[in-house]
Amino acid sequence: MAAHAENLTTEEIRKKNVNRVLVVTGILAAITSVEFLLAFTMQAGMGRNAIFVILTIAKAFYIIADFMHLRHEVKTLGMTILLPTAFIVWLLVVLIAESGDMYRFK
Amino acid sequence: MATSTSASVNLGKRSIWDGGQEPLNASYGKLMMWFFLVSDTFTFSALLITYGMIRFSQPAFVGIPDEFVFSQNHWPIPEKVFDAIPFLDVHLPLVFVGIMTFILIVSSVTMVLAVEAGHRMDKADVEKYMLWTILGGFGFLGCQAWEWSHFIHGNSNAAMMEGGVLNFMGANLVHNQYGPPAFADLFFFITGFHGTHVASGVVINILTFYNCTMGQYEKVGHYEMIEKVGLYWHFVDLVWVFVFTFFYLV
Repeated sequence: MAAHAENLTTEEIRKKNVNRVLVVTGILAAITSVEFLLAFTMQAGMGRNAIFVILTIAKAFYIIADFMHLRHEVKTLGMTILLPTAFIVWLLVVLIAESGDMYRFK
Repeated sequence: MATSTSASVNLGKRSIWDGGQEPLNASYGKLMMWFFLVSDTFTFSALLITYGMIRFSQPAFVGIPDEFVFSQNHWPIPEKVFDAIPFLDVHLPLVFVGIMTFILIVSSVTMVLAVEAGHRMDKADVEKYMLWTILGGFGFLGCQAWEWSHFIHGNSNAAMMEGGVLNFMGANLVHNQYGPPAFADLFFFITGFHGTHVASGVVINILTFYNCTMGQYEKVGHYEMIEKVGLYWHFVDLVWVFVFTFFYLV
């Protein structure tokens, strides 16, 4: 886990790790609340959808980096996982962009 | 686990990939769990891409959201469909989904705490947090069961099917009061596939909890199994974050 400094006792390491977990939990809760707020106050449309997607990716980042510990793994392992996913995201963008044309040509 | 330290002493011209040590500094089991999760990402991405394509190839509702009506001719606004809460006759859009999201994120947090307790070899703490995680999993599944039941049976003030063919309320794979049948199909497939993952996650959590209680991991000398199961559980939470956005918010 994080913070493996030699001069810390087990209890201190535990406190540090648990604090980090609580901070990340707070961030996730805050982002979700913002999403709820926007769902009711902002007009639906491409702009709001873009904000939702960005906030979702931010949440995903914190879950993967801290809860799943990818932040503390070897960089090669992170790349092995993130690069294939990047291509998937590209596929998602392309196919959703194309679906508008599918509607037009129907 | 920590067996590869001596191998790095006399590397010479050998690459880190030439054998004798772990280039990714992770055990076989953990690596394979990661690769499984990547392949599972592909499956879920396929479902979400399908949702995006079908949704945007159907006509959207034109007009003010307050005047929205259910119709076969346009895609429904999700918050108009999912606005019910168990035991209460009120319309609170997305609140119940919010509760489900909250339950799953909290169970993910208790899972991190279980992993953390495992690092300290604290058997009692691992058991405690694993139990909370299992409870959260059951809570989420219960909410989803209610959500499905409500979706399938329909609500009283929804518009009836257009075309005069039949008076149909609720939804199944063929008919759907809320909009085009594809909407209900995708709802069942995407939340169902995710729910199956949660259900198997709960089973795996129960098995590791049992092993932990029986002292299995204490005997082995480490709690790595909790980490591997934790990776899977966080992934389930992660997928829900995306389902929540793409199915309920957008």
